Amino acid sequence: MAYMHIGKDFTPPDVPGKVTGRIKYAEDYTREGMVYARLLTSPIPHARVLDIDASAALAMDGVIGILTADDVYPDGEPQSTGLKILTNEPTLVGEPILALAAVDEKTAESAIAQISVTFERLPFVLDPLDSLQPGGADAYNGGNTFVFRQGFVEEKWTADQVASFRAGNEPTAEPQQTVEYGDLDAAFGESSYVYEGTFTNAGYPHHSMEPRSALAYWEDGKLYLHGGSQSLTAFADGIAGIIGVPKEDLVFVNAATGGGFGQRARAGSIPVYAVPAKLSQKINRPVMMRATREEEFTFGGARQGLTGWIKVGFKPDGVMAACDLWIVSDNGGKGGGADAYSAADCISVLYQADAVRFRGTAIGTNTAHRGAQRGPGQNQIAPIISPILDVAADELGVSRLDIRKINAAMTGDVGGPQRTPFTSAYMPEALEQAAAEFDWEGRQSRRRQTNGSKVIGLGIGQGYHNAGRSGMDGIVMMGADGRLKIHNGVGNLGTYSYASTSRAAAEVLQMPWESCDIITGRTDLHLPITSPQDGSNSIFTNTRTCYGAAQDMLTKMKEIAATDLGGDPTDYDVSNERVHQIADESVGYSYAEVAQRAIELGGKYTGSAELPEELAEWTQIAVSRLEGTGFMGIFHDPRHEGNPPGFTVTACEIELDKETGKIDILEMISIGEAGTIMHPKGMDNQLVGGAVWGIGLSAYERHLYDPQNGLPASTGYWQSKVPTYLDTPVKIETGWVDLPDPENPVGARGIGEPSMGSVSAALTAAITDALDGHIFGASPITADMIINHVAGTSEEAVPLAQNNFRG
Amino acid sequence: MNQKLTRRRFIKGVIASGAAATSTAAWYSATGQERPSGFVERLVRINVNGQVRSVDVEPQETLASTLRYKLGLTGTKLGCNRGECGACTVLVDDVTTYACSVLTHSMKNGRIETVEGLESANGDLHPVQQAFVEELSPQCGYCTPGQVMSAVGLLRANPNPSREEARHAMSGNICRCGSYDSYLDGVMRATELIG
Repeated sequence: MAYMHIGKDFTPPDVPGKVTGRIKYAEDYTREGMVYARLLTSPIPHARVLDIDASAALAMDGVIGILTADDVYPDGEPQSTGLKILTNEPTLVGEPILALAAVDEKTAESAIAQISVTFERLPFVLDPLDSLQPGGADAYNGGNTFVFRQGFVEEKWTADQVASFRAGNEPTAEPQQTVEYGDLDAAFGESSYVYEGTFTNAGYPHHSMEPRSALAYWEDGKLYLHGGSQSLTAFADGIAGIIGVPKEDLVFVNAATGGGFGQRARAGSIPVYAVPAKLSQKINRPVMMRATREEEFTFGGARQGLTGWIKVGFKPDGVMAACDLWIVSDNGGKGGGADAYSAADCISVLYQADAVRFRGTAIGTNTAHRGAQRGPGQNQIAPIISPILDVAADELGVSRLDIRKINAAMTGDVGGPQRTPFTSAYMPEALEQAAAEFDWEGRQSRRRQTNGSKVIGLGIGQGYHNAGRSGMDGIVMMGADGRLKIHNGVGNLGTYSYASTSRAAAEVLQMPWESCDIITGRTDLHLPITSPQDGSNSIFTNTRTCYGAAQDMLTKMKEIAATDLGGDPTDYDVSNERVHQIADESVGYSYAEVAQRAIELGGKYTGSAELPEELAEWTQIAVSRLEGTGFMGIFHDPRHEGNPPGFTVTACEIELDKETGKIDILEMISIGEAGTIMHPKGMDNQLVGGAVWGIGLSAYERHLYDPQNGLPASTGYWQSKVPTYLDTPVKIETGWVDLPDPENPVGARGIGEPSMGSVSAALTAAITDALDGHIFGASPITADMIINHVAGTSEEAVPLAQNNFRG
Repeated sequence: MNQKLTRRRFIKGVIASGAAATSTAAWYSATGQERPSGFVERLVRINVNGQVRSVDVEPQETLASTLRYKLGLTGTKLGCNRGECGACTVLVDDVTTYACSVLTHSMKNGRIETVEGLESANGDLHPVQQAFVEELSPQCGYCTPGQVMSAVGLLRANPNPSREEARHAMSGNICRCGSYDSYLDGVMRATELIG
């Protein structure tokens, strides 16, 4: 289909501000009378605050006030998992205990040093399996796991059960969760190759570039909060409740966000933004809370570490018959996510196994709080399963490409334990395209070639994430100047989806891009609700809402023109910023004229009547403030059917040095399968960005904790081993399938998360290939592990341990 | 720039002092200067983007703090404030410098350039900025000013770098979005724009 905007490159309006430094992040703002907050955080991993003596600090010149957990939770702290604003019951190092405001940061820091906090030290634990041991420490007050409607409970295995798991055997304890479909025993019975083994995925921090600073002040009865979030209206909607301010009285200002990767999507993951808001309310001054890198490590969360056992069976022709997965999740100090279940879901989707069983148990540790991080679960399992496919392929005499094609998801298939049909799926096409553009077959002659201590490895891998939601709202406006104003509540986290989804509205109205304005960046510009910008959903979800709102405006334009100029609305079309009769284009209105007529007519044309009944509360507030100010198109999106998947395929060639353990990625290509491509350069960015994350997952990033004191050692970029220019290929090639999805009006789906999984899968497969099929069963595979393997020594200090050097 | 002060020496001084980087003693230890008796001069003149600015600077104040909080040049970002990420990269006498890791007092004789100083008087973007726009190099954008300054520094020293050379020259700048490939596309495009 020939589009005016869809599939074409453009410059999102915030890009010039990013290259000139003009665009403002939260900490770039100032406010008259602004004071500064600093946090006193827990220096120990598990404790109870017995007493706080701030008298000396409060007596200091320049100190204005403090905020404690007792202030923010006068009825007691919530007894559940999840981050708190402030706490007297810290369960990880760095958790905020109190905040102090002073005229400058130096004074605030000096005053913090004068506060005496008496802690009761409590036992701490860094590894979930240690906590499961009889007598093992519990991460939380009241247990080591949280059960819905029961609260904290303590779960223990027998010493033999823990030891057996660490020794590489299937766990025999009762899991907290079991999900399965198909006849597992029968499927394994049909298998001619079965792999069984344990694995670990290390948790590691998000480390967004922008530390989570925030500025808050109260003005004319409204709270103005400057912060950084992945989402805009969805975040504001949630943080209003956490702060305790009516939604209509909160203005969230967030023009740009310095990275999110899952942990800035929802308000519950940044409750610390309530600190400047509540402190400002208490002392009646604007409060800037600047976050340090170390604090960002603490606020910013981390990926769940997974400790698992996997058994996979393949039929003689390479079809995956069964997968049995048992995972103990590291839930960190504040509870975690559903990564483990998503891992099983991913295997079901990507490899279409006849039978899958997932068993899982989530256990807390006194480490960083865990939550969604780019492909949570799907991407941890990618580097685990991919080498298993390769070894199975070699054993069965099937090519490594063919075993993926044999098991590939396609339109008409279902996936996941719920057996949900895909809206569309073109994985075979993506595999073919990657193989062709990479010359996969031609390169096979290079496989395992050696040059001194260096050996070539080839890898191919797949990524998946569910990539679309629905049920949100859209608003477009037009004034008498005829410009199209697309009110977009999508956050600006760097994907440019706030802009590319807006182009769906411009497409409907055939509006030149230079005649469009995206209204975004702060909620007092009256924005509709969106789903949070996580889960690769924004493109699918918000092209639906923008498209729908523009369709509503188009319908109204035709109604007005037909009423005023004669004929039926179906006699009219739009082009060149005019609504006109199809038969005689001279009969019609310019957009400026039809907008003027809409404003004169009022009622449903200006948002005063006949609004969709299902509009979210947030959207209703926006509409009430826009009512009568212009020509309005408004839309509530009904729910879609099926699972819109985002798929990627990556192929790479590496050179692995057996003497140093160093990996050089010589060439890499990633192919996206995400329906219609909205914005090629944006797509390219998601593919190459995901690639860097996949390289980090497979080869570098991990938590490290001091086992004696529970102190985090990866609070900075260097220790955390975030990939740099030199850890990534000099060029990453990209491409895409570009076939439309029928459940989206422009055919688009998301891609941000799978782009990481396929790279991790391919890179780990290439490492396995270079080492003659050795399966590490781990992410990351560090240089030390490679050297130890080559030397024939143990790869891990403590089997299956989390938050240490192995995993 | 005060040639006696290197980042390594600064950090060594901090470590040797056994105190945080806010220690005045650390500053003198790092620079090798004698501590003056009486007082430390606070009002200093520094040359920023071609303008001499007179600014009240504390002895331990970093250049990043001065630029952002005294001069309002918030294009220079603080990602780590510990010399790891490069978001605060500026040019001092054409040399890429982490503004979080040098003290403003050491800048008295230096010519400092920040991202705000790159545009021409008529508002045209610098070729690196223009190339980064054309190639959609930024994602979240927080590291972008630092990436821009590293690229400008590179192209002044080497107007026609290979992609491999550019990769090494830019390697002091972390991009958590992983947009390295797009930044390198931007650097190579900038070489074309500069001609």
